[in-house]
Amino acid sequence: MILVFGVLTVTSRKIFRSAIYLLFSLINVAALYFYLNYEFIAAVQIVVYVGGIVVLILFSLFLTHQVDVNLPSPPLSRMFFALLACLFGFGFAFSLLIAHHFPANENALTDLSVSYIGKQMLNYGNGGFVLPFEVVSILLLAAMVGCIAIAVKTKKNA
Amino acid sequence: MLEIKMTYVLFVGFALFFIGAYGFLTRRNMITMLMSIELMLNAVNINFIAFNKYLFTDKADGIFFTIFIITIAAAEAAVAIAIIINIYRKFRSIDAEDANTLKW
Repeated sequence: MILVFGVLTVTSRKIFRSAIYLLFSLINVAALYFYLNYEFIAAVQIVVYVGGIVVLILFSLFLTHQVDVNLPSPPLSRMFFALLACLFGFGFAFSLLIAHHFPANENALTDLSVSYIGKQMLNYGNGGFVLPFEVVSILLLAAMVGCIAIAVKTKKNA
Repeated sequence: MLEIKMTYVLFVGFALFFIGAYGFLTRRNMITMLMSIELMLNAVNINFIAFNKYLFTDKADGIFFTIFIITIAAAEAAVAIAIIINIYRKFRSIDAEDANTLKW
């Protein structure tokens, strides 16, 4: 399902439908996380991707597009070479994956509850992630300020 | 058995990554290129989660990196859309071929 909707996302001619296919593909990725018993990641996936990014993309579509306009089809040569490159890359990577033998896993299971994730996230000791957490915080702040600085209308030029 | 299941999940991740790459190479509309990038980031997340689930059950590094990637993807999408809307104001188009002022 993920793959079907992914292919539809990149090949659909109508840009609005393409965004909706992307939405379904992301929901299916969240379903895969549920299947692997990672409920917290699945919840984050739904909230951030499905709730945030797709809505952002849809709004920017409405701001910049006529909804029912067909996109021009890409030229055949570009399509052919892109398909060739992607198929070759996929075949190469997947053959490596098949050939490689992963060591069997004998490690004990840790509990991956939300409280454990939260404690590790702010832990500065061994195995803690407080430094990347802070870096990502600064990145988000900078991104928000940058967005406002870019998107604000300057009175002089407009 | 375990390895087979992991191969399935990794297959999905790989295929999704190359689907995103194909879309990025063929599309020339900036918003659809952004959507392709989102697909590729999701593929990377699937790979992290699969490795964490099947090979390193005693650690949670894959989960943390997935969370950080999701955060960075959100920030990146917001910045990209701000830039796209600004380009649309300037050029009245969001085709990547039309924004050629920096070309010399």
